[in-house]
Amino acid sequence: MREEISDMSEDDETGERARWAPDLSKNRSDDSDSGPGPPIGDSPPPFSDQVLENVLENVLEFLTSRRDRNAASAVCRSWYRAEAQTRRELFIGNCYAVAPHRAVERFQSIKSVVLKGKPRFADFNLVPFGWGAQFEPWVKSFGAAYRHLERICLKRMSVTDKDLTIIAESFPLFKDLTLICCEGFSTLGLAVIAERCRHLRVLDLIEDYLEDEDDEVVDWISRFPETTTSLESLVFDCVTCPFNFDALECLVARSPSLQRLRVNHHVALEQLRRLMASAPQLTHLGTGTFRSEVGFGEVDPNLDLVSAFGASRSLVCLSGFREIEPEFLPAIYPVCANLTSLNFSFANLTAEELNPVIRQCHNLQTFWVLDSVGDEGLRAVAESCQDLRELRVFPLDPTEDSDSSVSDIGLQFISEGCRKLRSILYFCQRMTNAAVVAMSKNCPDLVVFRLCIMGRHLPDRITGEPMDAGFRAIVMNCKKLTRLSVSGLLTDKAFEYIGCYGKLIRTLSVAFAGDSDGGLRYVLEGCTRLQKLEIRDSPFGDASLISGLPFYYNMRFLWMSSCNLSMRGCKEVARNKPNLVVEVIRDAVEEEEEEIEAVEKLYLYRSLAGARTDVPAFVKIL
Amino acid sequence: MEGEAPRLLDLIPKDRNWVGKGVCKVKNGIEEKLELRLGLPGEENEKEEKQSAKSAFSLIFSENVSKRTFLGSVVTNEGKGTERKASGAPPVAHGTRTINSSIANNSSQTRTSNAPVVGWPPIRSFRKNLASSSNSKSPLETRDGGPVNGNKADSNKKGCFVKINMDGIPIGRKIDLKAYGDYDELSSAVDQLFRGLLAAQRDPLVNEKSGGENNQGIKGLLDGSGEYTLVYEDEEGDRVLVGDVPWKMFISTAKRLRVLKTSDLSVSSINTVSRKRAATEC
Repeated sequence: MREEISDMSEDDETGERARWAPDLSKNRSDDSDSGPGPPIGDSPPPFSDQVLENVLENVLEFLTSRRDRNAASAVCRSWYRAEAQTRRELFIGNCYAVAPHRAVERFQSIKSVVLKGKPRFADFNLVPFGWGAQFEPWVKSFGAAYRHLERICLKRMSVTDKDLTIIAESFPLFKDLTLICCEGFSTLGLAVIAERCRHLRVLDLIEDYLEDEDDEVVDWISRFPETTTSLESLVFDCVTCPFNFDALECLVARSPSLQRLRVNHHVALEQLRRLMASAPQLTHLGTGTFRSEVGFGEVDPNLDLVSAFGASRSLVCLSGFREIEPEFLPAIYPVCANLTSLNFSFANLTAEELNPVIRQCHNLQTFWVLDSVGDEGLRAVAESCQDLRELRVFPLDPTEDSDSSVSDIGLQFISEGCRKLRSILYFCQRMTNAAVVAMSKNCPDLVVFRLCIMGRHLPDRITGEPMDAGFRAIVMNCKKLTRLSVSGLLTDKAFEYIGCYGKLIRTLSVAFAGDSDGGLRYVLEGCTRLQKLEIRDSPFGDASLISGLPFYYNMRFLWMSSCNLSMRGCKEVARNKPNLVVEVIRDAVEEEEEEIEAVEKLYLYRSLAGARTDVPAFVKIL
Repeated sequence: MEGEAPRLLDLIPKDRNWVGKGVCKVKNGIEEKLELRLGLPGEENEKEEKQSAKSAFSLIFSENVSKRTFLGSVVTNEGKGTERKASGAPPVAHGTRTINSSIANNSSQTRTSNAPVVGWPPIRSFRKNLASSSNSKSPLETRDGGPVNGNKADSNKKGCFVKINMDGIPIGRKIDLKAYGDYDELSSAVDQLFRGLLAAQRDPLVNEKSGGENNQGIKGLLDGSGEYTLVYEDEEGDRVLVGDVPWKMFISTAKRLRVLKTSDLSVSSINTVSRKRAATEC
């Protein structure tokens, strides 16, 4: 995994910002659009102003932070125009917050686009298929307007092969396509990209879902140009269908700039060795599987594998390791000391199997692992990786009553050993307040704290108390915290603490927590920087929803599902806030006339575009 | 804050016997302790607090002595749970609605059912099914075409690979049960597999692959007469002595193999199949 993924989930930039007014005509710091602005087609400014504007444009070229740019654009008309001319990257955090044509009208020289679609809970099947976030209207607008577009990065968008074809046909300088958690395309679209984007440097497919029928898989790898390519990054571990390995081997051999390669699980160790031999300059490698294709005992590729890794002096990031055969792990020892990032989150390893590897990874900064390594495995991590910044512990068996063998003990180990920790995602069955408190004190640099106690409503394992105290300590002691996910048995007190101390929190995820409307109120009123709030299965009702009215224009979105909301409350919000789009999502399409009072899923977001026109039958916009 | 709504804390009994499997199970407290179930029982219990913190797994394996007495004395450091939940991953993708949809009360607070909840835990679907059989090709939804590069797992679709670990050897191996016709073949395969590794552990200068004179075979795996004994873990995660059931039945129920030191096992604590049957019939 690249650093960019963490960036995408946070999409934050440092920068002080006072809480801005809900009036949309003023500065809006998070969207590309900073309000209605001056009308297009103003009369041209006088000569001296023109000179000033040119100077300004030259200066503004250097401004890269979109926060700063939004601020600059609000100074006056001249600055607004200059900023619009010089902006090169367009960031749109919610594809429905602004209409494509409007973005394209204002910013005319864009080279890079970042666009996000569905709410994050769509990853967990909470958003029905066909909800929206089609890339099509955007790619058509971009295709017409941005001849110099070089980079597109999409997250949770619905992208079709036709959209990919439009990309390939519209942008002669196109270099970088990154698709994260997208769906709707297939190997056919990939083939078009490979074939026609002659300057392609980056093709990163991360956690996408491809629509390939078994007998319609296209050999897209073969479609890259036969000549030397400028490929720097090729990531396709999420492409589940098989591919032409020989073509890949040739492609790698003629891509001297290739630094990042992540293959899918149709690659066994023998083939991996060949790929590595063709590309010893790789810095990021995804191994696909980590098993021999012939089975133990028959051929021993071990020696060759060791020398392959030994020759890869530049490797800093390893991932893959699916279906791992641990006897081959020693092959990676030569690179362990250089690794800054290691992803074992698909490798079913025991603590014993992890130990000899992790002991050598002194420079590790990012580590993803399965809970199969247990608390003992985490102890080894804590003792070996003093420089760790990001840790993610995933469950081998993601069900509620499974035997997760990581617990508060593992968390305690980590907190004691990895003092520089900034980001943690930790799945476990049980937890104690003491361990969470310890982490809050030992790791004051935490920016992201996501704890998922998989058993719902579970209290402290030892004291039986709610987990309020633990999260209180986190928001109090971790003064840089911007992202928080809570779990376990939590009362309204926990939310009181979050509202009181979590002043920098931008993203908050709540599930199966709280007692009453008061809980949500605390958060809405207290967390002044809150941008993204997603709540499920918590007893917050209409009163709490309405209490947030003054704040919704400051946020990107609010998601509430399986709470205590009704149509009455949601309609009142919609009535009160004309620039909010209030979507009520049903699971099944019912009769048109019959309106159910209970609201199962609510998704509301600020928008300049008004109610979207591509609404499916199961979505009602109030 | 003292809200008007009843607080969840008031609903939870104060005594510690409330095991952490959910509020709903309080009602069935006694029945729960008697019922046989999958997996490790009652980990959240007062007795935990008395365990030393030395081995993290003493906390998890502390209970239910009758089933697992020998675990405490077996020298294994690995902490991973057994792989028995092979097919147990709940089909969360297929619209099992959460039961918390009423608005009338705080029903969303209580876990009134053990039915899988949609989207919980919050794991993306490609990360599920990692615990299923070690032969699984992909954790993704069933979208596999045949591989272009025929690797063994596909060419031998009926292969039944299980992990096998041996006491004292940190790295486990995998073994295809279907490659053998009976217990003797399995026993000699295990012998072949680990003999070299064992010798290498004892004397690091010994090449793993060298056969012959200096290596003593690993014998007596099945009858308790040797230094090591072969046990397996079945679908329920119980450890059972290898050799009691017909071979075909063994292949279909064995999920994992272990080669344990005979001296570490006490005869009364290993389940034999006949004892297991008797227990289930009670």
